[in-house]
Amino acid sequence: MSDLATYNFAYLDEQTKRMIRRAILKAIAIPGYQVPFASREMPMPYGWGTGGVQVTAAILGPDDVLKVIDQGADDTTNAVSIRAFFQKVANVAVTTRTREASIIQTRHRIPEEKLTAGQTLVYQVPIPEPLRFLEPRETETRKMHALEEYGLMHVKLYEDIARNGHIATTYAYPVKVEGRYVMDPSPTPKFDNPKMHMSEALQLFGAGREKRIYAVPPHTEVVSLDFEDHPFEIQTFDKPCALCGAEDVYLDEVVLDDKGGRMFVCSDTDHCEDRCARGHRGHLAYDKEAAE
Amino acid sequence: MTDTPILKARDISKFYGARTGCRNVSFDLWPGEVLAIVGESGSGKTTLLNCLATRLMPTSGSVEYRMRDGQMRDLSRMSEAERRFLMRTDWGFVHQNPADGLRMAVSAGANVGERLMAVGERHYGNIRDTAGDWLRRVEISGDRIDDQPRAFSGGMRQRLQIARNLVTSPRLIFMDEPTGGLDVSVQARLLDLLRGLVQDLGLSAIIVTHDLAVARLLSHRIMVMKDGLVIEQGLTDRVLDDPREAYTQLLVSSILQV
Repeated sequence: MSDLATYNFAYLDEQTKRMIRRAILKAIAIPGYQVPFASREMPMPYGWGTGGVQVTAAILGPDDVLKVIDQGADDTTNAVSIRAFFQKVANVAVTTRTREASIIQTRHRIPEEKLTAGQTLVYQVPIPEPLRFLEPRETETRKMHALEEYGLMHVKLYEDIARNGHIATTYAYPVKVEGRYVMDPSPTPKFDNPKMHMSEALQLFGAGREKRIYAVPPHTEVVSLDFEDHPFEIQTFDKPCALCGAEDVYLDEVVLDDKGGRMFVCSDTDHCEDRCARGHRGHLAYDKEAAE
Repeated sequence: MTDTPILKARDISKFYGARTGCRNVSFDLWPGEVLAIVGESGSGKTTLLNCLATRLMPTSGSVEYRMRDGQMRDLSRMSEAERRFLMRTDWGFVHQNPADGLRMAVSAGANVGERLMAVGERHYGNIRDTAGDWLRRVEISGDRIDDQPRAFSGGMRQRLQIARNLVTSPRLIFMDEPTGGLDVSVQARLLDLLRGLVQDLGLSAIIVTHDLAVARLLSHRIMVMKDGLVIEQGLTDRVLDDPREAYTQLLVSSILQV
């Protein structure tokens, strides 16, 4: 055994963490504003959460309890490997329980359970610029943010209604933060947008490839954009979760066989397990006692 | 017409390094007046137009504009936010190539509605009604409202661009060769439409063109440019029927008679 592979706490060197913390502080001071930062190479490919990992590494302390989710699940590749990464390089406690975590790094979901003061939610963001697909020039989009010219964002929503009869954007649904900056909430389903509004938890967004950090501080107004005659609506589901019977949660579709069989289950695995443990049952729930 | 000009240009010069774009151009534009800038390629017409429309910063000289509240404002002293607001509300800019002035990947309705949304209109039904109304006024049939401009012919694109610019009831329109690249019959209808709109809405307009027929049809007054200088200006009929400068005479006599 050699000790060659020793890392600084939480992988990044202290100067880098300092640089990222400065960007985070600025982002918190200007809610919704994208702060450029000197994103580092991380030992994972772009698109796998390099931004989120850097933000987490910069705010992580030895006493923190870390939870990592990927599309709501604690047990998918991305979540498992990032959790293992921080166990290895920072030796922090990890959990899958939303309630017990002090830092939650997430890819594309906000936990169903209401986050509380003192918790920090770190989002992995692929494309931080909400105007990007409408205006390809970075110089122009930055100017549009600076001058608060957001008419173009509504052009996108207009197109949605003209083509589909309703606002068909279901994820990365643009929001206005504290009445000023229009922000991309990362590709979370629009189901989660209302949870960002006046959240007690601090929300940090890291985009590694695009080198941007932005933030929504606790108790900040987050309003989803819409039209007066086509107000913002979240997705609804016909059936409750097949495992825990939960309603009012975001469900994933799971294909069961090749004969068209499918079920809908909570995308937030921790929430689902917690409910099952408390005795809630959906119609496809695996019943331990009956099996025995 | 009121007794104050809507736009005052004084000694506009633009140099590209050692080359001259335009030199010492001064004029007043009055409300409801259509001014044509004519001249051959490279004479500085478009440079002048861009300087007036704040798309280019003139090397020297000033452009003043009378705002809706009646105040004359120096455009170069305005903040960028004010200038951009002016450009999408009180002004219009019609490009020679419609692809430069349109969003080719969004529908015709959204193209027309964009300015409305930019000034805060948030009612889908109203935006769509206004867009439909404007498409009708520029003779684009209502069932094309959800088509992208890609699917439009050159003439339709140009008319769509005009509708997009006029939807916020601007007071001043800049046009850079609005009929360039269109065939003659389409040109004629577009000119007819423009003439009607300018008259109905009481627009002021500055039109850059190398086509003297366009200038004669649309404009009240004409400025002839050569090598960056205005060599002759006056009422359109006077300049075209009785050109004084040798170059203008050449220009007028070069029109192909059919």
